[in-house]
Amino acid sequence: MVSADKTDKKQQTNTGLRRNRESRMQEQALRAMIARVKDGGMSRRAFVQRMVALGVTAPMAGLMLSHSGVAWAQSSSSYKPTKAGGGGALKLLYWQAPTLLNPHFAVGTKDQAACRIFYEPLAGWDADGNLVPFLAAEIPSQQNGGLADDGKSVTWKLKQGVKWHDGQPFTAEDCIFNWQYAGDPATATYDVATYKDIKVEKVDDHTIKVLFQKPTPFWADPFVGVRGMLIPKHLFEAYKGDKSRDAPGNLAPVGTGAFKFVDFKPGDLVRGEINTAYHVANRPYFDTVEMKGGGDAVSAARAVLQTGEYDYAWNLQVEDEILKKLEDGGKGRVQIVDGGSIEFIPINSTDPWTEVDGERSSIKTKHPSLSDKAVRDALNLLVDRGSVEKFIYGRTGLATANFLNNPTRFRSKTTKWEFSIEKANQILEAAGWKRGSDGVREKDGKKLKFVYQTSINAPRQKTQAIVKQACEKAGIGVELKSVSASVFFSSDVANPDTYPHFYTDIEMYTTTMTEPDPALFMNQYASWEVATKENKWQGRNITRWRNEEYDKAYRAAEGELDPVKRAALFIRMNELVIGDVAVIPVVYRPSVYGMAKNLNAPLSGWDNDTYMIADWYRET
Amino acid sequence: MGRYLLRRLLIAIPSLLGISIVLFTVLALAPGDPFGELASNPAVPPEVRMALRAKFGMDDPVLLRYVHWLLAMLHGDWGFSFVSRVDVDALIWQRLPATLFVIGSSQILALLIALPIGVYAATRPYSVFDQIASTFAFIGFSLPTFFTGLLFILIFSIDLDWLPFVFRSDLSATGWRWYWEEFRQAIMPIAVLGMFQGASWTRYVRSAVLDVIRLDYVTTARAKGLREGKVVVRHVVRNALIPVVTLVALQMPAIFGGAIVTEQIFRVPGIGSLLIGSILANDTPVIMAVTFVFSCLVILFNLIADVLYGWLDPRIAYR
Repeated sequence: MVSADKTDKKQQTNTGLRRNRESRMQEQALRAMIARVKDGGMSRRAFVQRMVALGVTAPMAGLMLSHSGVAWAQSSSSYKPTKAGGGGALKLLYWQAPTLLNPHFAVGTKDQAACRIFYEPLAGWDADGNLVPFLAAEIPSQQNGGLADDGKSVTWKLKQGVKWHDGQPFTAEDCIFNWQYAGDPATATYDVATYKDIKVEKVDDHTIKVLFQKPTPFWADPFVGVRGMLIPKHLFEAYKGDKSRDAPGNLAPVGTGAFKFVDFKPGDLVRGEINTAYHVANRPYFDTVEMKGGGDAVSAARAVLQTGEYDYAWNLQVEDEILKKLEDGGKGRVQIVDGGSIEFIPINSTDPWTEVDGERSSIKTKHPSLSDKAVRDALNLLVDRGSVEKFIYGRTGLATANFLNNPTRFRSKTTKWEFSIEKANQILEAAGWKRGSDGVREKDGKKLKFVYQTSINAPRQKTQAIVKQACEKAGIGVELKSVSASVFFSSDVANPDTYPHFYTDIEMYTTTMTEPDPALFMNQYASWEVATKENKWQGRNITRWRNEEYDKAYRAAEGELDPVKRAALFIRMNELVIGDVAVIPVVYRPSVYGMAKNLNAPLSGWDNDTYMIADWYRET
Repeated sequence: MGRYLLRRLLIAIPSLLGISIVLFTVLALAPGDPFGELASNPAVPPEVRMALRAKFGMDDPVLLRYVHWLLAMLHGDWGFSFVSRVDVDALIWQRLPATLFVIGSSQILALLIALPIGVYAATRPYSVFDQIASTFAFIGFSLPTFFTGLLFILIFSIDLDWLPFVFRSDLSATGWRWYWEEFRQAIMPIAVLGMFQGASWTRYVRSAVLDVIRLDYVTTARAKGLREGKVVVRHVVRNALIPVVTLVALQMPAIFGGAIVTEQIFRVPGIGSLLIGSILANDTPVIMAVTFVFSCLVILFNLIADVLYGWLDPRIAYR
């Protein structure tokens, strides 16, 4: 026993060393690539795509380039109109209706998109991970002195001459107010985490300094993107804290954006009209904007693609086959925007069928069969992602072994996917799982039988069927279970059928990486995030997978100021998860939008879809 | 009469209390969480959701929450929506016009279809007209509104491209143009609902008229030499409509409640779509308010129907 333990440890340190080396090699490869971007050998976009392929978000890739001295690319806007206005009405259709217009309360993307028509942040993220200034005069960098060397502060220069829709000037005071407002837990904002641990100082009327408590590699979070939209101090000052619900501005926004507020009916309609005093020249093109909500995704797609009643439809979660048919109508086109949503199958590393201290799937247990790597490897071979992509999702779900399967030549060896029932059979056979009389494999009296749960949603049930069929051919029994989405995705502590409880062997859902920083995304495999009864299943580590090297890499990334080193750590973490088959990625799901044929609208998967609404125009 | 009314109103109080208790308990027991969206968003720490739950009193015991709700309701405070943080009554008032307009018009349309067809069919039972009318009536109330709604959209919006299928509460046109636009966008939902309702009412009217038309007093009227038209309108329909009137009165709460499916298909911003939106978002205060108002209306219109019944038919006495 003792000697076995020792060899184990030795092996562990050996693998640890090897992995460290791998992480360093990764870093060198990254630096070489950045050098190529610098001397023009590789395009910025190609670099970002490769980073996304490795599980790093586009904004993080952008920060890496910036840190390495590659200037932020000029916003790739192709805005053509030479004067503001004259574009008529812009009609947006959201099949989930916006319900509130205070950006600090806007949880849903539909609400955030509605807020973005009127409000702006200091900067936003474009599709290639560039920081695009809105209310900032420039993007902070080491070169312009905006970023402190110790990573503990950022200085933002604000754009001068910007006015709120009511004519009041926009100043540093407004930024400071937003920090106080959103950071006050009594206000109950959804972005409190972004603001509560920072301090914001006024340097002068148009300069602010954001101070972090500890070195913060991802500094572009407060005042940036979705959680960075700024509300005016003079209208919200009286409604801080407990009184936040009474502010008239919650329903009638006064912002700095390209459109002024006209009318809002919660759950139905938002209207705006051109802000003739907008702080960017020649913008916006449209005279009015209308965001209609409600209904369902298919008819929203129809109204844009087939009848042309609307110009733009949000988040078309519709089967690709239907989208293609509607596109034949010729009135509109489907636009697919890369983000970071992945449909995946988490594998339970604990035993869901044994109750310990009042909870199943307790981390004190080990899964009887899935703890065998051979079984996980076999399962990985049995998920026919190709068919799932081909027959179910089409353009709206690309087969992936990793966070993105493209571009192929950069695909890492450890993270490629394959579908082979034969190989799965061999692996199981070699690991000692023998077929029983009923065709189901077993070993030491334990049968290879799994319960596979997901939410009720047609593509998911079809995917389940594909996986089940392949598994049964390999001698793995699969029982399918589908749970109503409102239960599955709820945080109900008392309901055992929610996804964080994970009281089954495997499950399936989509995890989103729309956050610009991958740290939030990757903490779902950190050992301290394990979902347990003790934390009311609030922990984000649903698989209960634990790995010492992963934890170390994560901790290291938290304080790593060099974005390149940090990216190398994240890539490594990603490989660890995929390599150990803690989860099985199925398809990568980009966001799908419907757009009128002649509408030109820059979209980004790392920010709201309406983040550039001032630049939208109609080609004539 | 006065005593009867008073008694009925007093009886209504415990029934309403009972209804509210049932509604509240069912909603409290239902799965889901209005802040579920916060839970699936990695950027939001769980404490935020906990703070919101505590702030909105959702962690209190059900009984306590019910008492709070009841006391507030008695003061006329309907609570506020967790999702939009707007007062519930404001939300309902915002949605009421569209619902009243669309559902009200559809009920009028239904009556316009049901009365003449039903009466005419009953005066000539088993004639060709009656057979055709009955056939269409059966088809009409057998086809669910979500089916006819989609069918209408496919035919009139997509193939013919005549009518819009997204209902807008803010038409930009003015004057006559506004009425025209309003008519164009409302005609499909009104027709779908009106025809569905009209079909079943046609059957009721027909059978009610049939019951009366064979009675002796009708024969007497005819024997007096009255014209057939006068006999039908004055003597038959007046009496036959008594059950129909109560039926229509009992249907009135539905006008407030809206038509959930049809409103959803045509994106009519009415009470029905508010209810379904709130259910999907687990916005309990709104669900509670809408369903409770709905049950109040059911009780109220039951009473009105009873009173109307006596007024129309003097044989009925109140005790």
